[in-house]
Amino acid sequence: MFNAVSKSPWVVHFNCNSCNGCDIEFLACLTPHYDVERFGILHIGNPKHADVLVVTGSVNNRNARVLQNVYNQIPDPKVVVAMGVCTSSGGVFAGCYNILGNVDLVIPVDVFVPGCPPRPEAMIDGIVKAVGILERKRKGEIFPTAPKPLCKFKPSEEQSAEKTAIKEEKTV
Amino acid sequence: MMDKINWTQWIIIAVSLVAAPFIGALIAGLDRKVTARMQGRKGPPVIQPFYDIIKLFSKQPVALHKLQILYAFLHLVFMMLVVVFLAMGQDLLMILFAHAFSTICLVLGGMSVRSPYSRIGSLRKIMQMLAYEPILILIIVAIYLQTDSFLASSVMSMSKPMLCSMPLLFLAFLSAVAIKLNKSPFDVSTSHHAHQEIVKGITIEYAGPYLGIIEIAHFYETAILFFIIMMFWQTNLYIGFGLETLAFLAILILDNTFSRLTTTWMLKYMWSIPLFLSIANIIWLWSK
Repeated sequence: MFNAVSKSPWVVHFNCNSCNGCDIEFLACLTPHYDVERFGILHIGNPKHADVLVVTGSVNNRNARVLQNVYNQIPDPKVVVAMGVCTSSGGVFAGCYNILGNVDLVIPVDVFVPGCPPRPEAMIDGIVKAVGILERKRKGEIFPTAPKPLCKFKPSEEQSAEKTAIKEEKTV
Repeated sequence: MMDKINWTQWIIIAVSLVAAPFIGALIAGLDRKVTARMQGRKGPPVIQPFYDIIKLFSKQPVALHKLQILYAFLHLVFMMLVVVFLAMGQDLLMILFAHAFSTICLVLGGMSVRSPYSRIGSLRKIMQMLAYEPILILIIVAIYLQTDSFLASSVMSMSKPMLCSMPLLFLAFLSAVAIKLNKSPFDVSTSHHAHQEIVKGITIEYAGPYLGIIEIAHFYETAILFFIIMMFWQTNLYIGFGLETLAFLAILILDNTFSRLTTTWMLKYMWSIPLFLSIANIIWLWSK
């Protein structure tokens, strides 16, 4: 009974700048096939009632403030689950003129779920991992922020040489 | 009216005050389980509402202002008062007023904050009250017509089950219960399933333990409503329990087959079919 926090995590879902792939997969978790409610997980629209913040997509200049606001409205203890590669590196949007990049630039992230989009199983696994962290946060154990599953994409020398060759071809 | 409460009555009051939220929570848990089964899901464990409440009380308390907290407490306290009145077999009109005031406290709490969703939810809650209150009053009138008394304990003195003399009122009461439990198609003020429209409506600005208090008040309310359903077959507890189960399943089927409809539809429906049924029942009782 005392670890009730881990038995009823209520999730609020925030779409930063996603292509909606992760969001559709996340909603698939609610379907009879996966049924996250069997773990007591409820999809709640209100950050004030939530324990877990699920973020999809990369942060841009406009929604960084909104994301921070949503995060601040969740009462403690709270955890953040970042879904998909966009949240860890910017994904396909990295380098766009309006993109700031990964989510942990703005708010501390506890669990990264890799994939583009992650499978519903991976998402449920991520939330269940986050719930373990939530329980430890409630007990007052400070938890370090999560390691990122991948660093920013750096092309190797061969690849960059190939790229320049393609560019030259095009210009010719 | 209140001479002296002897110790058996104290025990009855204490037991009903402790048992009511547990019964309400179990009904809520069964509700979620059976709903999940109807939708082909596995569903959460039956004691899930207990986990939710314990979790809510372990969260950080966040409130916009102190008045809001007071309204949440008043909502709970007046619900408990209703339970005490029912356990002592007190005046049914008093029970109705205490229950209405408890709901009004929730509405005031929703109106005291500046969130538009909360205010929309509160306004819709008032519309819901407008929809079901006449039916509750007519049930009390029907009981008065048969027993010449407004006391809840007078129901026990009736030789025949209440359902035999007021079947149409029972059907109307089922609609009122569906409204009180916020089931589709009447879940307009606060919705467990549709978060897109008004998020959580009336409880949107309550967080942590304060939301827990409102949830406990809701469990009390559920227990009260199911107790009243049981009262419709007061002569035999087992048949009363069967009636309760049937009503529970009927409300769940209603919840799962209908989508959420508008407030005006709800008001039109409640003030036409169930109200007509209730008045027909009253006229029948009057002419008998």
